Amino acid sequence: MKDRKIFAYRRENGRVGIRNHVVILPVDDISNAACEAVANNIKGTFAIPHAYGRLQFGEDLELFFRTMIGTGSNPNVAAVVVIGIEDGWTKRIVDGIAKTGKPVAGFSIEGKGDIRTVAEASVKAKEFVQWATELQRTECKFSELYISVKCGESDTTTGLSSCPTVGNVIDKHCATGGVASFGETTELTGAEHIVASKAANEEVRKQFMAAFDDYQQLVFDQKTDDLSESQPTKGNIAGGLSTIEEKALGNVEKLGKHTKFVGCLKPAEAPGGPGLWFMDTSSAAAEAVPLWAASGAVVHLFPTGQGNPIGNPIEPVIKISGNPKTVTAMKDHIDLDVSPILQGEMTLDQAGDALIDVIVRTSNGRLTAAEALGHVEFSMTKLYRSA
Amino acid sequence: MIHFLVHDSADTVGVAVVDIAAGTQCTGRDLSTNNPLATKTTENIPLGHKLALRDFSVGDTVIKYGNEIGKVVQPILVGQLVHVHNLKTKRWA
Repeated sequence: MKDRKIFAYRRENGRVGIRNHVVILPVDDISNAACEAVANNIKGTFAIPHAYGRLQFGEDLELFFRTMIGTGSNPNVAAVVVIGIEDGWTKRIVDGIAKTGKPVAGFSIEGKGDIRTVAEASVKAKEFVQWATELQRTECKFSELYISVKCGESDTTTGLSSCPTVGNVIDKHCATGGVASFGETTELTGAEHIVASKAANEEVRKQFMAAFDDYQQLVFDQKTDDLSESQPTKGNIAGGLSTIEEKALGNVEKLGKHTKFVGCLKPAEAPGGPGLWFMDTSSAAAEAVPLWAASGAVVHLFPTGQGNPIGNPIEPVIKISGNPKTVTAMKDHIDLDVSPILQGEMTLDQAGDALIDVIVRTSNGRLTAAEALGHVEFSMTKLYRSA
Repeated sequence: MIHFLVHDSADTVGVAVVDIAAGTQCTGRDLSTNNPLATKTTENIPLGHKLALRDFSVGDTVIKYGNEIGKVVQPILVGQLVHVHNLKTKRWA
């Protein structure tokens, strides 16, 4: 594929973003209210309320900081105001985001209260948003985009059409030096041998199988049945998928025909270079997409069969469907209709090129269906209970 | 019009890409070879659901994408619907 031209924001650290968000980021659940008050005061900003950030410890705490720092560091974000209950963890997140070179300021509520904190933070947020709104898009390359992929409300049409369409884009993007990531660890069950065969080398294959086996153990440790109705979901079953193996074999069509994956990432960990990367994630969209956004992904490709409205506050989510009923019944949510594939009226190569066109338009500023509809789901991945 | 698709020549089920009524003489296509296929349904097969391309006994393995997708738990005849009532996962059981 010839590298396409896009118009995007080149950040202080050289990375390319396609949105220009000013984010009011709570460190913890008890700072959500202050962040939402600042976002209400200062137009053009938004808060990302979440449920955690207190008494976490160990690997779960490390994941929490990776998620928060990564979210603020994403190239789609121009500037960040961080608000926490106390100084220490607030500063840790501010310092983490500051490494990108972008404007970031932290405020803590303890000893001051919400009202004075909101006033101080609002002054800074206004300064940031007026600065950010003067930034201009400049010419960048498609291959500079970091693309994440994950499907949802899958059915048998996703394996036939929308997932291999994404796979076609992955092959083309990675061949031009682009970065991409897939995950959904339990949703590879029954197709793990296919994923393993796509590892770039033996070490990567072993790392993938270790992450896969670890998640299988979690399922066996916690399950009360064979997960029917959870994985596959009720919606998957309504769409014709009968077992996790069948769902997984459709899922891995997203990985492309030729591309090998070059490494394995912990949840929310940034890829170390170009190529396709596996990330160990949940298969629940609102939990998984924020992990990719926190790893720096700037656009997400989301094949769906039955129709899933998911969005993300940081990275635009592009919906692709090949189910002829869904593209009509849930037209509001679908960015690209690839249903002609089912009748042989569109090839995967044509569908891939059509999706690249949608990514270019989205990168240049066009809102996705999920953005226009206000979908900003953000569920923190948590590894275990807090202390 | 194509009624059903098959991912791989080894597959023992096809996927309906339109709603198919019972008793329909169906036209299909094997995506791995592009060869035409034909079979007759004996049950209604909604869009996205699977039809049996051969008879199955309890304990048989169903193949789709050239890979195992689960085990048969109720006998299935060619042309019937294959879904959660007669096919179960072999994993997490």
